Amino acid sequence: MDAILLQILNGLDKGSAYAMIALGLTLIFGTLGVVNFAHGALFMLGAFCAVTINKLLTLQKIVLSDTEKTAWGTPLELRTPYAEAWFGDAGTWLIDWSVPVSIALALPFMFLVGLVMERGLIRHFYKRPHADQILVTFGLAIVLQEIIKAFFGANPIPQPAPDTLSGMADFGAAFGMEAGVIVYPLWRLVYFLFAAAVLGAVFCFLRFTTFGMVVRAGMADRETVGLLGINIDKRFTLMFGLAAVVAGLAGVMYTPILSPDYHLGMDFLVLSFVVVVVGGMGSLPGAVAAGFLLGILQSFASMNEVKQILPGIDQIIIYLVAVVILLTRPRGLLGRKGVMEA
Amino acid sequence: MTKFTISRRGLLKTSAVAGAGIAAPMVWSRPAYAYTNEPTGGTVTLGFNVPQTGAYAEEGADELRAYELAVEHLNGGGDGGMLATFSSKALSGSGINGKKVEFVTGDTQTKSDAARASAKRMIERDGAIMITGGSSSGVAIAVQGLCQEMGVIFMAGLTHSNDTTGKDKKANGFRHFFNAYMSGAALAPVLKAQYGADRKAYHLTADYTWGWTQEESIAAATEGLGWETVNKVRTPLGAGDFSQYITPVLNSGADVLILNHYGRDMVNSLTQAVQFGLKDKQVNGKQFEIVVPLYSRLMAQGAGEAVKGIFGSTNWHWSLQDAGSQAFVRSFGQKYGFPPSQAAHTTYCQTLLYADAAQRAGSFNPCAIAEALEDYQFDGLGNGPTLYRAGDHQCFKDVLVVKGKDNPTSQFDLLEVVDVTPAEQVTYPVDHPMFAGGELGKCNPGA
Repeated sequence: MDAILLQILNGLDKGSAYAMIALGLTLIFGTLGVVNFAHGALFMLGAFCAVTINKLLTLQKIVLSDTEKTAWGTPLELRTPYAEAWFGDAGTWLIDWSVPVSIALALPFMFLVGLVMERGLIRHFYKRPHADQILVTFGLAIVLQEIIKAFFGANPIPQPAPDTLSGMADFGAAFGMEAGVIVYPLWRLVYFLFAAAVLGAVFCFLRFTTFGMVVRAGMADRETVGLLGINIDKRFTLMFGLAAVVAGLAGVMYTPILSPDYHLGMDFLVLSFVVVVVGGMGSLPGAVAAGFLLGILQSFASMNEVKQILPGIDQIIIYLVAVVILLTRPRGLLGRKGVMEA
Repeated sequence: MTKFTISRRGLLKTSAVAGAGIAAPMVWSRPAYAYTNEPTGGTVTLGFNVPQTGAYAEEGADELRAYELAVEHLNGGGDGGMLATFSSKALSGSGINGKKVEFVTGDTQTKSDAARASAKRMIERDGAIMITGGSSSGVAIAVQGLCQEMGVIFMAGLTHSNDTTGKDKKANGFRHFFNAYMSGAALAPVLKAQYGADRKAYHLTADYTWGWTQEESIAAATEGLGWETVNKVRTPLGAGDFSQYITPVLNSGADVLILNHYGRDMVNSLTQAVQFGLKDKQVNGKQFEIVVPLYSRLMAQGAGEAVKGIFGSTNWHWSLQDAGSQAFVRSFGQKYGFPPSQAAHTTYCQTLLYADAAQRAGSFNPCAIAEALEDYQFDGLGNGPTLYRAGDHQCFKDVLVVKGKDNPTSQFDLLEVVDVTPAEQVTYPVDHPMFAGGELGKCNPGA
């Protein structure tokens, strides 16, 4: 029982990342009809917003020692972070909370990246076949990851969670169970709550605002909305920016869980596409539901009890589910009729 | 009487056919070389095949830096590095056998097929006389096989699987780096002294040749101490998030987690194991411990705070105080501004050892070089007295047991050497069961 609860928690935090990436992916497909293979790269760019902020906050004043030398004979560098030197305790707090603080940079930066990407490149491929869109966006993803590699190197760069949020939460004790049995990293629970808040905000935005209503109408019938004199293209461009922001925020907050490197986006790209296909292309609730479902299934498939019966199942479970769903419900769990159908 | 006549067209045809016939042997045959890529001019070309992209790119970059430094020293540039401390005095900084050393590079991408393709390109197109590189055992074994087929020497870089000089050993291949068996043999006494003989270990293992042999070696060594192996779980290479494999450890009854991971996988699995509170956990009345059998400073940098207090083994560390290590650290540090990794050290040594063997043999013939390296004893390259055993082409030398430093003084000062296990303690017979199954075969000079 303890093991099952732990794997459910694990599936939820894993599913949170899948759901946030897949939501943006399906949002772009639903509005613009573009299969965006660069969406994983947006997640990676978000993660590197956190790395950048951390590097800026930990910029160090370097003084060469007169007396001490390095092992290779050059004067030893004595380093002090500027933030601590200038702001004292406030500087130390900023460094400690650098990951959440990075959201302030990620919001405008990712929105801008989304707009530039859509206006500068992707809009030229709206009327081209999906294969062309995949090729150009995949190429863009490779370019972005190589740029990041050139600036930040190939090694993962650890990003610690704030001290107060980096311990363990006694999940079992909180629900009246035996203490110390179901303990889970606090930051992973924070990530799940953060994802729930972001996903909820996006759904509320689309559901309860006039802008969201027009976008949903455009997703249902773009031509008719256009005939009403509404500039739907402009709104869809903004939705691309919003999708980039969601992916970026998912990336920022994921950095304490998985040290980011230039390849991070590719690690999530294929999984996120499977999530979208399982959920139904263009379906926002489908993407979120499939994200959590596949996250939990992946966690359960990694249990030793399951692997003893089905060796290697942990490595194929997601694709197996995708095959079963496509055979039984070709439109995905919550897919709309007519999407990706000739 | 028959009158011999020939038309102008006939003359042209006959001339063309005759000309082609005379020229054909020159076009289609090469000069008779004694061995593959026998150097004929004033230079000799070495092929450096390292991961410049992919999971081990950072290690590959450091290997390449060391190779370039070795070439500089072989050609008489810089301060000479370990040439001054090397026990053999055959090399004088005037190249190898009087020929200036040049090099070409290839990107293995940490993929066997890409690594073989780039090595083949360097041998066939660039005329490389020797291939060296690594950072993944799967890649090293694949390239070693290719070099055996094509008749060039392969000086393995960072490859730690037992199979490289075990069941997949080749007469043209040589490994300076230590292996998984040696890690187990070196770590076991330290683990017993630190954690006792009554422990329950849980293995998470990278699912490829290196991971399998390391898991086998470490499990054998720890079971020899009296430890019980609770479970061995294989994880896909490059899994990223290992949390679904770590959560079952929490309530498994194990009190030691052994991470048979390297590179990015090790950084991620160790960081996540610490996030899940394993380092602070009490199980079976004991403090839970994590062990990383193969450590590198580059990985320690990636894992950050998580490495503190974690034991592992390493081939070499820049803080060693012997003359060879200090000379290498000085040369490397002055050129690049930071200390070299163990990957850089082993590749630098391999280049020098190849050059020295060629110089002593007075030839670039792979068979002459192999003979010069076999059962060769040397010193002054940072690992103490070392033997290149003829039976499997594996180097035998002291092994370092290291621990993540609790209070690092700089971004490079992350590991401390806690024990130097003597070479005799990590030496095994050529026919040891963990290395059985393959034949060294005969040296292939190619051509």
